[in-house]
Amino acid sequence: MLTDVPVLSITDGTVPIAGRPVLRHVDLTVRPGEFVALMGANGSGKSTLMRSMTGLLPLSRGTVELFGTPLQRFRDWSRVGYVPQRSSAIGGVPTSVWEVVSTGRLSRRRPLRPLLARDRAAIREALEVVGLADRVRDGVSTLSGGQQQRALIARALAGEPELLLLDEPTAGVDLPNQRALADALVTLKGRGVTMVLVAHELGPLAPLVDRAVVMRDGQVAYDGPPLADHEVHGPFFGPGHHHHHDDPTGPPDHVPGVTSPVDSAAEEVLP
Amino acid sequence: MIDVLGYDFMIRAMLAAVFTGLSAPIVGTYLVQRRLSLMGDGLGHVAVTGVALGLLTNTSPTWTAIAVAILGAVLIEVIRERGHGGGDVALALLFYGGIAGGVLITGIAGQSASRLQEFLFGSITTISVQDVWVTMALAAAVMAIGLGLGPQLFTVAQDQEFAKVSGLNVRAYNLLLAVLAAVTVTVAMRTVGLLLVSALMIVPVAATQQLTRSFRSTLLGAMGVGLVSSVGGLLIAAWASFEVQGISPGPTIVLLSLTFFALTWPVGAWLRHRRRQRIPFDEMPPLAHQTTGEHPHQHGENCGHPAVPHGDHVDYLHDGHRHAPHGAHYDEH
Repeated sequence: MLTDVPVLSITDGTVPIAGRPVLRHVDLTVRPGEFVALMGANGSGKSTLMRSMTGLLPLSRGTVELFGTPLQRFRDWSRVGYVPQRSSAIGGVPTSVWEVVSTGRLSRRRPLRPLLARDRAAIREALEVVGLADRVRDGVSTLSGGQQQRALIARALAGEPELLLLDEPTAGVDLPNQRALADALVTLKGRGVTMVLVAHELGPLAPLVDRAVVMRDGQVAYDGPPLADHEVHGPFFGPGHHHHHDDPTGPPDHVPGVTSPVDSAAEEVLP
Repeated sequence: MIDVLGYDFMIRAMLAAVFTGLSAPIVGTYLVQRRLSLMGDGLGHVAVTGVALGLLTNTSPTWTAIAVAILGAVLIEVIRERGHGGGDVALALLFYGGIAGGVLITGIAGQSASRLQEFLFGSITTISVQDVWVTMALAAAVMAIGLGLGPQLFTVAQDQEFAKVSGLNVRAYNLLLAVLAAVTVTVAMRTVGLLLVSALMIVPVAATQQLTRSFRSTLLGAMGVGLVSSVGGLLIAAWASFEVQGISPGPTIVLLSLTFFALTWPVGAWLRHRRRQRIPFDEMPPLAHQTTGEHPHQHGENCGHPAVPHGDHVDYLHDGHRHAPHGAHYDEH
């Protein structure tokens, strides 16, 4: 049956960053209509897993399939909506909310074609779902953090995706905005959109989750019915609120780049 | 007033000014969006070596400059992509390498420093007919690509990761922008000179974005400022040179666009301050019903105090208070 084709599947997924395997032999299959929460402590590999599913991080072993097609041959990007972490929302030039959200239509537009009526309708719809329809003409930089996050979700929705991937949409977002976000996701769930969400804590999103996948040290430690926040951060799944400010794989802040401006981050060998 | 447009060289200079004034800010807007404002400068320095190579081999400095600048642009892009956060160092290396190589090779070619200076600071009035054609064709190509592929270039400049997951070939668009920047640098080289090239790309954008709220209006506004600066600067320099010797168009053009920035910046600062002040307060009931004492001032529309929306009413701001009208008195909110 056609509906039995998994929306997303990763088999034996292994991803190294700077020579260290951050993700090890991960198997995960997401079926149509599921709402999956990827959880775990910082550094457990949950964001890495999401980035490898979108092709942003290459796998050194294993395969990723989107809608039954291996990632290397997958071209149907309009079926996938991606909401990256918020930090990337503001560039050096003033940008209106409309402009940010309209870039979400690009996966469905051909180059050199103007914005058509149905593109505009989809953009307006997406803005309504996240409750930002009245801020269309405002600059993105004038929005609060939570509103910016919703604008990024609207951007992904504008492409009318069947699979929505959200990377920490609730991080640093206040409670009213988390609720507004949950409302938007309820609407989408009602439409049958498959969603995979990376979260440290679920908060108001908890009732939506069908399935929790908890990562620990680059491997899947738990895959099953939803867990409460405190269970995820229990002793079995490793340190709870430990923040890796001394993350050894991060950019070497105090090393001037002069000696090696052509070294790539991935090839760097740690001492 | 003396009719400066009666001279053939002035007509040629005007054409070059119009086309560079319109095209340079387009590329500049994408560069500013990606926070690569200094990339144009780096390419300008690299192009010096290209010009010197042209002088050495007795070929057209324009074409050797374009070739070397594109090579430099690709190199910057590769270094930026492979390195992490080392982009500024890569630019610095190319800055110095480019200018040192240029001066060295010019010397070897037996050319005087003044010949190189034509390219460093521009010599729009000595531009040849053939150069005008090349300038117009290249500038038109930059405009066509910069505006036609606007949605793609904007998306890539805005958020590379999202662009990649949208199925865009991010690397190709990054390279395209780098090549556009390289071509723009060499096109504007005759107008304002390699050392001031970046100014014509960046300053109109900086001036316009003080007043705008969207990318589109910034892009179009910057084109307008670029056009007025380059044509205006050329005319001012031409008229002024009848009175004072030694006024060259290149610096005049750049200083005119900086004047625009000096004019728009205070307005922008005031607008931003006002916008921040008018952000609605969170809808929260006050802690207690706290009334003001004697209040001789009557708040209202245009009373001089900012009125900020607060739930279903407005608060008037003055001296650190938020005063909301309540019957005959004011509440402290």
